[in-house]
Amino acid sequence: MATPEDVKKLADLARISVPESELEAFATEFDAILKYVGQLEELKVTKGEPLLPYTNVFRADEHPHEPGAYTKKIVEQFPAREGDLLSVKQIITHD
Amino acid sequence: MTSEAKKPNELTIVEAARALRARDFTVRDLYDACIAAAQAKNPELNAYLELFEADDAAIEVAQKRIDTEAEKAPMLCGIPLAIKDNILVEGHLASAASKMLENYTATYDATVITKLKNEGALFIGRTNMDEFAMGSSTEHSAFGSTKNPHDVTRVPGGSSGGSAAAVAANIALAALGTDTGGSVRQPAAHCGLVGFKPTYGAVSRNGLIAMGSSLDQAAPLTKSVADSKILFEAMKGNDPMDATSIPAGFEFPKSSSKKDITSTKLRIGVPYHLLESGIDQDLRAQFDAALNNLKEAGHEVVDVSLPTSSYALAVYYVIMPAEVSTNLARLDGIRYGLAKRGATLLDDYVESRTEGFGPETKRRILLGTFVLSSGYIDAYYRKADAARVVLLKEYEAAFENVDVIAFPTTPSPAFKFGEKTNDPVSMYLEDIFTVTANLTGMPAISVPMGTVMREEKSLPVGIHFTAPRGADDLLFTVAALVTSEKL
Repeated sequence: MATPEDVKKLADLARISVPESELEAFATEFDAILKYVGQLEELKVTKGEPLLPYTNVFRADEHPHEPGAYTKKIVEQFPAREGDLLSVKQIITHD
Repeated sequence: MTSEAKKPNELTIVEAARALRARDFTVRDLYDACIAAAQAKNPELNAYLELFEADDAAIEVAQKRIDTEAEKAPMLCGIPLAIKDNILVEGHLASAASKMLENYTATYDATVITKLKNEGALFIGRTNMDEFAMGSSTEHSAFGSTKNPHDVTRVPGGSSGGSAAAVAANIALAALGTDTGGSVRQPAAHCGLVGFKPTYGAVSRNGLIAMGSSLDQAAPLTKSVADSKILFEAMKGNDPMDATSIPAGFEFPKSSSKKDITSTKLRIGVPYHLLESGIDQDLRAQFDAALNNLKEAGHEVVDVSLPTSSYALAVYYVIMPAEVSTNLARLDGIRYGLAKRGATLLDDYVESRTEGFGPETKRRILLGTFVLSSGYIDAYYRKADAARVVLLKEYEAAFENVDVIAFPTTPSPAFKFGEKTNDPVSMYLEDIFTVTANLTGMPAISVPMGTVMREEKSLPVGIHFTAPRGADDLLFTVAALVTSEKL
């Protein structure tokens, strides 16, 4: 059974705030979903079977685009900036 | 009805391309007809979130190509398309129907958009969807739901519901959607269209707002099988910008007994054991009738066993949220998108995400966080990941004996607004038949197979075919048998 405390913990991990009043509803829905997904417990899967053949694909480190080719468009999306720099909260204090 | 009797916006791509070359109307006429129809119908349907300003230069270039290249001009030249709001078109907003990206302007074209632009295609606007493509009804959009043109009291399906409604209402000749668990095939079935999900990696994902990266594919919604094939041909191909793009010349291993796909007689497998319950009787009758037509045309219908398929939806609802929670972690209010500011940097993240994401998105992020968390990852995520291989092997074994596998796209026709919004599991069950193709990477198509009556309204229903990976073309062949098209 998912508890409101469980939901709160997951929300903290996911950087989301769930109001106290909604924790119970989320927990109830969660239970229904986990009950459905719980069918997986009956499914027998052979241990050590290879998974889908995922491999890392790297692009050759060559042919860079012109410096600044995309700067203007990307900078325009910044919520806050100083010149072409992204401006964020200070995270290191000096005291 | 002959093409002469139809308005330009009511034509298929093939019909419109023919008419453009015959000088029946100009590219501008066609574009304006779509816009006029959209302006008339969109206030009720809410299929488009935004109609773009006409790109006069592109319209002129397309007309010139048709005038000078005639038959050699690409079929998509001058064809107005609707684009789902999670596919980037440079300079246009791309919000994924979320408050989080409400003011986000795409900084580049998705590879599929670049390819369509090269063909001379035109873009009418961006279509509504479930937020970040999570949903089966378009009710999870942050900007209001889209209505089904066949019955406006019902959903168009989702998540590509806006794209489906736009094509079904003749306010685009065809549309692009994305399909992560059935998000193109299910709305296609609910709106009476052809919806095709390519083999995973056949079409580039570069420039799609990611939902489940191992599942997502850009996919066409069209009025005919021929149109679907045209869009697929234009969009497919290796892309160095997508690491999971299939390399040029790569061939998937063929089943040992696989016949030449040009064989005129097909063997169609049906997993009857999955259809014993939960399917509306009249919909099942339409499915049986569609199979009967295929039998009468000389094709064979045989029973196949896919025992693990009954777990596919459970597998999907572990894999997908896991990938959602990971992909959406990038949206934190720092570099782009909604940016709320609190007392600390952590508050900045939390406030931006809390205000930016809607309830279903939050639900799936939390679920994904859960199945990936230490203590549960083995029981849920790793188990589900292993099950994907079992599903794939089971299908591959079935394809030793059959060319394609068929079942109904959905268990029921389009449902009413609000019918499933308070019960996430019942909404998730909409995808019960479609998710397996995404989990295994196999191509799949939904084709209209007739209609069923609900409250005196005739509602379309779809038949769904799955083929082995790489056999995308075979699906067009089979689908054209259902629609009686000559490709």
